[in-house]
Amino acid sequence: MKKEHEEFIDGYKSKLPPKIITEIKEHVPTNVTKAKLTKILEEIHGIYENAKIHSGEGVGIVSAESIGEPGTQMTLNTFHLAGVAEVQVTTGLPRLIEIFDSRRAIKTPMMEIHLKSPHNKNIDKIKNFAAQIKETKVGEIVSEFSVNLLEQTLKLILSKDSLESLNLKTEEVAKLVKAKTKSFNLTVEGDEITLTYKGKSDEIKEVYGIKEKIKLIKIKGIKGIHQVLPVKRGEEYVVLTAGSNLKEILELPEVDAEKISTNNINEIEAVLGIEAARQAIMEEVSKVVESQGLNIDARHLMLVADIMCVGGVVKGVTRYGVVSEKTSVMARASFETPLKHIVDASLVGERDRLTSVVENVMLNQPIPLGTGLPGLVTKMK
Amino acid sequence: MTEIYLNNKFTGTVEDGKVFTEDFKDQRRKGLISERVNIFYNPLVNEVYVNSSAGRAQRPLIIVKEGKSLLTERHLKQLEDGEISWSDLVRQGVIEYLDAGEEENSLVGYEEAELTENHTHMEITKGSICGFATSLVPFGHYNQSSRLIIGSKNQKQSLGFYAANYFLRMDMDVSLLHYPQTPIVKTKIYDVSDYQNFPAGQNVVVAVMSYDGYNMEDGVILNKASIERGLARSTYYRPTQTQELRYSGGLMDELGIPDKDVKGYRTEKDYKFLEGDGIIYPEAEVREGNVIVGKTSPPRFLSSLDEYNLSAATRRESSIVLKHGESGVVDFVLLSENEEGNKLIQVRLREQRVPEVGDKFTSRHGQKGVVGILVPQADLPFSSSGIIPDLIFTPHGIPSRMTVSHLIELIGGKVGALTGRSIDATLFEGDKEVDLREELLNLGFRNDGTEVFYDGRTGKQMLAKIYVGNMYYLKLRHMVANKIHSRARGPIQLLTRQPTEGKAKEGGLRLGEMEKDTFVAHGASLLLKERFDSDRTVVPVCENCGLIGYDDKYKNRRVCLMCGDDVEINYIELSYAFKLLLDEFRCFGFYPKLELENKY
Repeated sequence: MKKEHEEFIDGYKSKLPPKIITEIKEHVPTNVTKAKLTKILEEIHGIYENAKIHSGEGVGIVSAESIGEPGTQMTLNTFHLAGVAEVQVTTGLPRLIEIFDSRRAIKTPMMEIHLKSPHNKNIDKIKNFAAQIKETKVGEIVSEFSVNLLEQTLKLILSKDSLESLNLKTEEVAKLVKAKTKSFNLTVEGDEITLTYKGKSDEIKEVYGIKEKIKLIKIKGIKGIHQVLPVKRGEEYVVLTAGSNLKEILELPEVDAEKISTNNINEIEAVLGIEAARQAIMEEVSKVVESQGLNIDARHLMLVADIMCVGGVVKGVTRYGVVSEKTSVMARASFETPLKHIVDASLVGERDRLTSVVENVMLNQPIPLGTGLPGLVTKMK
Repeated sequence: MTEIYLNNKFTGTVEDGKVFTEDFKDQRRKGLISERVNIFYNPLVNEVYVNSSAGRAQRPLIIVKEGKSLLTERHLKQLEDGEISWSDLVRQGVIEYLDAGEEENSLVGYEEAELTENHTHMEITKGSICGFATSLVPFGHYNQSSRLIIGSKNQKQSLGFYAANYFLRMDMDVSLLHYPQTPIVKTKIYDVSDYQNFPAGQNVVVAVMSYDGYNMEDGVILNKASIERGLARSTYYRPTQTQELRYSGGLMDELGIPDKDVKGYRTEKDYKFLEGDGIIYPEAEVREGNVIVGKTSPPRFLSSLDEYNLSAATRRESSIVLKHGESGVVDFVLLSENEEGNKLIQVRLREQRVPEVGDKFTSRHGQKGVVGILVPQADLPFSSSGIIPDLIFTPHGIPSRMTVSHLIELIGGKVGALTGRSIDATLFEGDKEVDLREELLNLGFRNDGTEVFYDGRTGKQMLAKIYVGNMYYLKLRHMVANKIHSRARGPIQLLTRQPTEGKAKEGGLRLGEMEKDTFVAHGASLLLKERFDSDRTVVPVCENCGLIGYDDKYKNRRVCLMCGDDVEINYIELSYAFKLLLDEFRCFGFYPKLELENKY
């Protein structure tokens, strides 16, 4: 491209965003005449200006309607992924609500773990890796619990098969159990572990209580990874998991950190930061929308994601999150729990400036949007 | 040892429950035990339950012994000749009634041919899988079961001849169909249930086609001439009543034309139909606002009577008045007494209802539709033999709903109308479709039921042949005349000053939250404000304390309740609902201070 052309295009820097400028530079043929280039740039500038949102446009409510209207057609389905270990996935409206509410505990957390080059080609290696990260609890390898109330003992008979497949010894399990059962004496005999209560002899509750506690002791794997499913994706193998623990998985050396993904937005926020969380919100929502065969413009999702993330932490669109940030008392009160907001406002003497939409609808005043936005400038005598 | 429970109470034991049960049944069939008693042996827990309590549903079945039905040809012959009746068969132990418990011990066959050694009973008819109402759907075996249910539900809403003593009755919200007919295509239930004496619809000529789109989305098109000849006309009855109540202190209501000084007196014109006793005369043509029964009541609070001592003047007007949108002819006036001996006046209004756009019609197959247009006969399509349809049904109603019976009835009706006989469309056992088609062919029509049609407006032959025949159509009780409603200005609620809700109160149609959002999304700010102006008020606000004051028109001053009348008070415009909210805040002890500033 000729230098003068480049400079000419650069002259539009104040009118067009840099991304478009570079795109023009890439696509404009080198033998273009100056007159034609001017025409092209003017045309692009016109299109760009037209695509801009006009001032006074109610982008928020347009987004809300654009997401809400197709949302009414969504099914309440959770569907099942076929496979050896079946994985259940929340989709549709329940998932959307989960994302927008920014729930801490989502119904079906999932991860897709990609491995680095030598590890991702061999099926045995990947299976091994999967077994290694799967969280196993004592409850899963015990074939029988027997409680003896008279002697205040609890006997665990471990399943030989599971011990073998996990490559564990009874002593190793006993060690883990012992760490969590301080008020019991522990003896090991073959594949049996016997616990005897140290305290008074009439504490029946203790023995039963410890039984449930022992069941949940983690022996192996990564916390939160309930199920693993190695699958082939093109040339490489990846591990799908039910349950998610981004932080600990990322620390494993085999994992390809650039490709790993989880559907738990709160984890993403904690590990990768707010920008990643924003991106994740958009991606998760569009996943749901696409799976339902619907079509929502990405810009609506961007707006919602921006609103949720603008404070530096992810806030749900709930009365505790985004809505609680509204400045107007009446806007907050009109959403949910009006009494709470009004009482709180009256205690501190809050002032409502009536600057937003809902308050003005309540007072039957013109709303500051669209035709209600421009004011009249006149000299008052 | 088997335990016996009589009506769920332990009563004793027997050696062998199974033998006991069989023995019990034998004795019942011989007539030694009432046929209303059922016995059920549960082999899982080895218990016998005998039930004789009221309220159990029983159903009759033919007894089968050794794979043979006990109902023989001889019985059938005797039944036909009238020598024996149903109860004789029950007495002879050919038919017995089972309840849900005893059915557990039984194996019931559908027909003679499939009976085996193991069967204990046989259905009287295969159609007994359907109840009474569902059996009213003709050719039901061509349909999905859900369509039968819809079909029978629709029929329950039909207008007909619901009771022979209708003239003496004061039923609320009922209609009588003029010239009701017995259907050409019927099932056996129609004969059993005396349907021809209480019919609910009319046989009409139906063409399945489109007509300028006036029957899209389940619309039906009616022939205007047919309606003028009386098709689907009905009379709507609406009774009203009032009582001459007694109050404490010897006071009571008084029937009669109210004096002009009565509180709440209407205009003289409104009382014009009343006779001397204050009651309207039959055949009076009344409109909205007219008084039907004139009545005055004593004042509500006795204290007000003591104060002024003007007993006559403080009586209240409490007449029965025709409400907004109501009209009709007084059909019947009944004077009687209620349980307490108070005078009771019932007045029944009558109104003729001619089918109009918006009335609801249905066939017997769950194919309901609303009238889209009434077409003059001259404009309707006609067949080569000159037949003009009474009703045009849309073909788009068929594929998704798969009501094949609707189409078969049309053929059946055509055959029935041409041959002058009624067609049997009983579930599983009525006339066969192939036979009907063959009969149609023999009558000189195409066996697919279609005919060549000509457009009534152009006279040109239509490209497609039209599926046409006779069907039984029912007028449903949902008529626009009862539902039509509109409002420009009207009554408002006392508390909120917003329009009332509902047709009965001449209410407005709410522009709801989501509708509001569409205005916001369009940025139509001022239009939105105008739409919500229904409870707009202008209130004086004190600049000093920010509370709402009042305007003293007598002394021509504006007063703030907090700060008196020498503060600056300005008017602001807001919704009354918001003013109410501010008042409620003050009731809670909050101080809602309004800070005014200039808008521009």
